Amino acid sequence: MTLALPAQKEGRRTFKVDFSVPVLLTFAALLCVLILLPISWLVMYSLSEVDPATKERVFTLAQFRTLFSDPDLVEPLITTMIVAISSSVACCLVAAPMGWLVARTDMPMTKVIRALVTASFVTPPFLGAIAWEILAAPNSGLLNKLYRFLTGAEMDAYLFNIYSMPGLIFVIACYTFPYVFVLVANALDRIPGDLEDASSILGAGTWTTARRVTIPLVLPALLAGALVAFLQAMILFGSPAILALPAGFHTMTTKIWSLFQYPPKPELAAAASLPLLFLTVMLLRGQQMILGRKGYSIVGGKSGEPRLIRLGWFVVPAMAFVVIVLMLPVFLPYFALLNAAFSPIATNLVTSATFTMKNFHFTFFELSTTQLALKNTFILGAASATIGTVLALVISYATARKAITGYRVLGFLATAPIAIPGIVLGVGLFLAYTRPPFVLYGTLWVLLIAYITIELPAAYQQLQSAFRAVHPELEDASRILGATRLRSLRDVTAPLLRTSVLATWCFIFVSTVRELSAAIMLFTSETKVVSVLIFDLKESGDLGAIAILGLSMLVLTFTVVIFINRLPGFGSSGLRNT
Amino acid sequence: MTEKKFARRDVLKGTTALAAAGMSGALFAQPARAQAPAAAAITPELIEAAKKEGKVVFYTAMDLTLAQRLGREFEQRFPGISARVERSGAERVFTRIAQEFSSKIYAVDLANTSDLAHVIHWKRDGLLAPYLPEEVVKHYPKQYYDPEGFQIVTRVLVSPLGYNTNLVKAEEAPKSFADLLDPKWAGKMVKAHPAYSGTIMNSTYQTARDLGWEYFEKLAKQRIMQVQSATDTPKKIALGERAIMVDGAGYLIIQYKEKGDPVDIIYPEEGTPVATSPSVVFKSAPNPNAGRLFQNWMHSREGQQIIVDFARQYSPHAQTVEKPGVRKLADIKLMKEDAEAIEKGAEEIKKRYSALFKV
Repeated sequence: MTLALPAQKEGRRTFKVDFSVPVLLTFAALLCVLILLPISWLVMYSLSEVDPATKERVFTLAQFRTLFSDPDLVEPLITTMIVAISSSVACCLVAAPMGWLVARTDMPMTKVIRALVTASFVTPPFLGAIAWEILAAPNSGLLNKLYRFLTGAEMDAYLFNIYSMPGLIFVIACYTFPYVFVLVANALDRIPGDLEDASSILGAGTWTTARRVTIPLVLPALLAGALVAFLQAMILFGSPAILALPAGFHTMTTKIWSLFQYPPKPELAAAASLPLLFLTVMLLRGQQMILGRKGYSIVGGKSGEPRLIRLGWFVVPAMAFVVIVLMLPVFLPYFALLNAAFSPIATNLVTSATFTMKNFHFTFFELSTTQLALKNTFILGAASATIGTVLALVISYATARKAITGYRVLGFLATAPIAIPGIVLGVGLFLAYTRPPFVLYGTLWVLLIAYITIELPAAYQQLQSAFRAVHPELEDASRILGATRLRSLRDVTAPLLRTSVLATWCFIFVSTVRELSAAIMLFTSETKVVSVLIFDLKESGDLGAIAILGLSMLVLTFTVVIFINRLPGFGSSGLRNT
Repeated sequence: MTEKKFARRDVLKGTTALAAAGMSGALFAQPARAQAPAAAAITPELIEAAKKEGKVVFYTAMDLTLAQRLGREFEQRFPGISARVERSGAERVFTRIAQEFSSKIYAVDLANTSDLAHVIHWKRDGLLAPYLPEEVVKHYPKQYYDPEGFQIVTRVLVSPLGYNTNLVKAEEAPKSFADLLDPKWAGKMVKAHPAYSGTIMNSTYQTARDLGWEYFEKLAKQRIMQVQSATDTPKKIALGERAIMVDGAGYLIIQYKEKGDPVDIIYPEEGTPVATSPSVVFKSAPNPNAGRLFQNWMHSREGQQIIVDFARQYSPHAQTVEKPGVRKLADIKLMKEDAEAIEKGAEEIKKRYSALFKV
């Protein structure tokens, strides 16, 4: 197992230098810069202010005093907690039964259902929020119009008001429930069927088995999902900016962003970012503690397929439940966007008489930033995905194979950014890269750094578990035959990991395209991306152009993902790891 | 707050006396004053130099469709120069430029803001390039441009009330700002934000000055829907999302009404807030010739007629032909614009505003 240590690299072909140690050290240094630089600026700013007399930066706790005493800042903090807790609970209430239905029952079309959940993950939350404005704004919303039409209610009667705290919680839950669903469904997939068989053999009925065996086994995954949902809700910027501001309240992220309005208060913004960072770290510790106990759920070792519970007549309400749940983040919003794209008035149903290509024409032939934003988004998506995948590949190799001393530090550094909310990272990077020695603000580089940093943890975790699945024997064989570590990585391990690598690439690409909260802090006019352009258009209420851009963004995403999966030599045609 | 200082560089809305001073400045160079730049025509040399640069970058607060229309017309008029328009609220444009300049990023050639106070800032910081197109000197009233050529008013904006005619009958529509405090309008109004929009910065300052901050205190209790842009409030009432628009771009109401949307404009009895919207060329412009060409063309008869015909705004150009359907500026009771007071008080205004409206 540990044959492959650099120290033993003494052989007949000594002219071949093993670059692995310097390469790995370089990566470690790179990670340090990526993460430590913005965070240290953040901490430094939050603890200092510019003395007006001397123009020097002096130590102060004034920012934190303001943060915890000024109601303008305390209220958003409380609001954020309420929103995050409620949407996390809502996510679990929906995702847990749905995950169970898909993984553990004879529900039909589970593949389609899983694919549609993925579609709701690919949808940027801010785009979903705008689509929900078109659907459920109290007066002009399509659903409220339908309600008034059906009931003959008064002009200003409404069923839903999306500009409200419950509205915001609802929309956030729509786009965070995939996280919980995936965790729960995967955990259920992994629970060995024989534990349940044992329960049935001992005389327990279907429901008793579910209650006494299956649910306890999946509970850690559910709790982990709840935490992830909480974190996602807490650090979202787009949805609250779109739904909370019209209703007259701030969340922490929108508040931090508003602190950058003229005259900017970077010190206070830095201080306001730190509670988010602190909470995230705490929660992730909690998640680790919960997941740390996960071990017992796979005690069964290799075992048969999980037993599927027969739903019988219950399949009807179960299917209805799933369809309704998928209507909310996928079908209804996409319908609203399609309608808005080709209707002269976003909130009127398009008919053959009113069908118009005006928005399409405006977006692609008149709006001068469209091309630039699409180009930037594409370049950044592809570059972040490529660099991020390579980075994650090397680091997960080093940690999975314990290739260098201190690999644990490397692993920790690669996971650390998960604790940095996008907007916080945005503030940190803004402070770090607008001044010497690294003046990167205004270039695509700073966005690239932001995206890679944000996506690294997930990419690293995906690839690390993939590495664990490939036995080191194969690499050892290659190294015994004289290949360097890098060569055996390239020629042996990488091909075996093909599928995982592709999945990681696509994951980073998709996440980069839909990222808004770091980009909103870092863009300049020349480095605008589609998500920021959509947000700009939202502020001036240009719904038609938003719909066209949002749909193009999704088309771009899906095209790239499909193209990558069909590249010759990749994907289904190649070797598969087992 | 309204204290006036007649420092010459600060006074942008010239009185006759000041305009005369500007004139004499142009005629007899006096050591104490910066000399007014020579009136510039669109010469073949300028066009040639602009074409070499190939593009112009225009940061603007005007409604996106107008901004893009101007950009496209410019591209057609001067083939070979592409116009990139960067639209946001005036206050955002101002923040963006400050942020970019402080990081030594010079991407903008010229900007149009709807908050005259920004020009005071920029001019004081020495960021602007003096440039006076010929037509401006010939055909613009003196109060609409800086005699030293640092700014030219591109359009005059008003921020009236507006309503959706399907939701509110004309005879029941509010007539004044005071009417908006009637409980029957609670939850039915939409309002734009002074930290985003220059028009709204002006209207907030003028309304608070004339009616007192108590007015906004009461208005804030009416469950207002808060959007950002002055160009969004007309869109929201056109959709029927809210019945009444408290402030915003009056010209869009006129545009939408002419297009057949169920909206109409109300000029409030207390007076209608007004904002002159100047354009400037930056000293640091990466495409200085294209920037000047755009500035020149936008303020020519041709560019200005688009402001009148397409955008339905007020042009300062004396030769533009009016298109019926817009009430004359002289026939509207206007509040008084005061750029200096806003320049000094903007931070305070935003702070008080967000304390009342919570965002």
